[in-house]
Amino acid sequence: MGYTQGLVCRECGAKYDLAPLHVCEACFGPLEVTYDYAAIRASISREEIERGPKSVWRYRKLLPVEDEPVVDLQTGFTPLLKAENLGRLLGLRNLYIKNDTVNPSFSFKDRPVTVAATRARAFGFDTIACASTGNLAAAVAAHAAKAAMKCVVFIPADLEPSKIVNIAVYGPTLVGIRGSYDDVNRLCAEIADRYGWAFVNINLRPYYAEGSKTLAYEVAEQLGWRAPDSVIVPTASGALFTRIARGFQELSDLGLISTAHTHMGLAQAAGCSPIVAAHEASSLTVRPVKPSTIAKSLAIGNPADGYYCLKTIRETNGFAGSVSDEEIVAGMKLLARTEGVFAETAGGVAIGVLKKAAESGQLDPDETVVVYVTGNGLKTPEAVADTSRISVTIGSTMDAFEAALRTQSALEPVHA
Amino acid sequence: MGEGAGEGELPMSIKVRVPTPLRQVTGGLADVEAAAPSVAECLQELESRFPGFQERVLDETGEVRRFVNLFVNGEDIRFLDGLDTPLKSGDELSIVPAMAGGA
Repeated sequence: MGYTQGLVCRECGAKYDLAPLHVCEACFGPLEVTYDYAAIRASISREEIERGPKSVWRYRKLLPVEDEPVVDLQTGFTPLLKAENLGRLLGLRNLYIKNDTVNPSFSFKDRPVTVAATRARAFGFDTIACASTGNLAAAVAAHAAKAAMKCVVFIPADLEPSKIVNIAVYGPTLVGIRGSYDDVNRLCAEIADRYGWAFVNINLRPYYAEGSKTLAYEVAEQLGWRAPDSVIVPTASGALFTRIARGFQELSDLGLISTAHTHMGLAQAAGCSPIVAAHEASSLTVRPVKPSTIAKSLAIGNPADGYYCLKTIRETNGFAGSVSDEEIVAGMKLLARTEGVFAETAGGVAIGVLKKAAESGQLDPDETVVVYVTGNGLKTPEAVADTSRISVTIGSTMDAFEAALRTQSALEPVHA
Repeated sequence: MGEGAGEGELPMSIKVRVPTPLRQVTGGLADVEAAAPSVAECLQELESRFPGFQERVLDETGEVRRFVNLFVNGEDIRFLDGLDTPLKSGDELSIVPAMAGGA
């Protein structure tokens, strides 16, 4: 048995049964899963979680599934790396990188999708679908393959070539839309209304979104069962940002960690920063924008959870920042060269905002800071294509090598 | 399906796409036709035919609800003239709940 009770409208409180529904019929507010926290509290413990599988499913009691078998690629329980080199550079003594580049389809999206695919199969759907900026489509296609379900995914047609391979290799029907992600999403909302498919980010959204809470659970467990003082989260629609905040709060409410006090830091690309703009204007109303940034995985101009992100920033005494495309590329290189983690453009956004927050004094030198790095650099290699250079090319003889060695500069690192 | 009786006589015809949560007020219709010179007036006309329609889309102050997006021919009305966005015959008005995704 699971611990889910039903769905509730976050705005007006209307209640619904557990079904493939995402919008309140009364007020259009988003529906969310409710849990029997008293029962969870009575049965959950740190020790029980620590004995569980090394994946998101060690937190099964806090995920919206019942006793069905899960669609499992062993997503999650990714490394939390102490970033000594980057921390030294930025004057932060307790800086960590949550390295979610190493998930099965190479982004954090495997977390929500393992939950959504599990629920889709339990609800009896035979086709799983999504609207995607790229990473979600890869995660959906991978899990559809594992679940032997049909798969239709929709993306902006101008996506990076590596991301298209990262999706197409799993064998879905891949529909490219001439337009932005916001255009893709609008069309998919209408398609979801007409076709009986499990759109993970539309009609299965209440279940899907819950999977991202595991990014909070894991960080807290990996820090020795405590919440960090500050986190930085690359943000598009805001679902990830709000669910990480909720994850820390849930652990605190369940007594698994002491009071959650994490300052939630939100990172966007300057070319698509409607939430940051609203925050800077002290507003709770997000004005949509037309995205223009190399961080395509974050290029959502009309963020569904923008309002809740702004509330979360206020409630947690958090912060928000944005960085230019140049700063994104610099952030990608900085992370790779100091910590050995190759992140996609969204990771460059997070590192760029980290750097600004450290330099502005937003972050205290001794506090525990966690930066979420949510996607793999091989998804967006063109962003750092200028690094594709060999230091020196020689014949396969010792003489040639030593001749090169004597040349001033020939054997300098490719990017000193 | 979707055309109500007598609408062929109207001088202009706007196609309105109705999302699932609103179909309980349209008697299950997924598409309805309307005739109005602006988005605001289109919503008023739909209210007169389908009582309860407008209050699902607009809040107490008459603004579009936070979790509702309105599109004219695929463009968010917040990039146009909002509720004053003009409509002409053949236009399509989509009412779409807010959606998640990305990152």
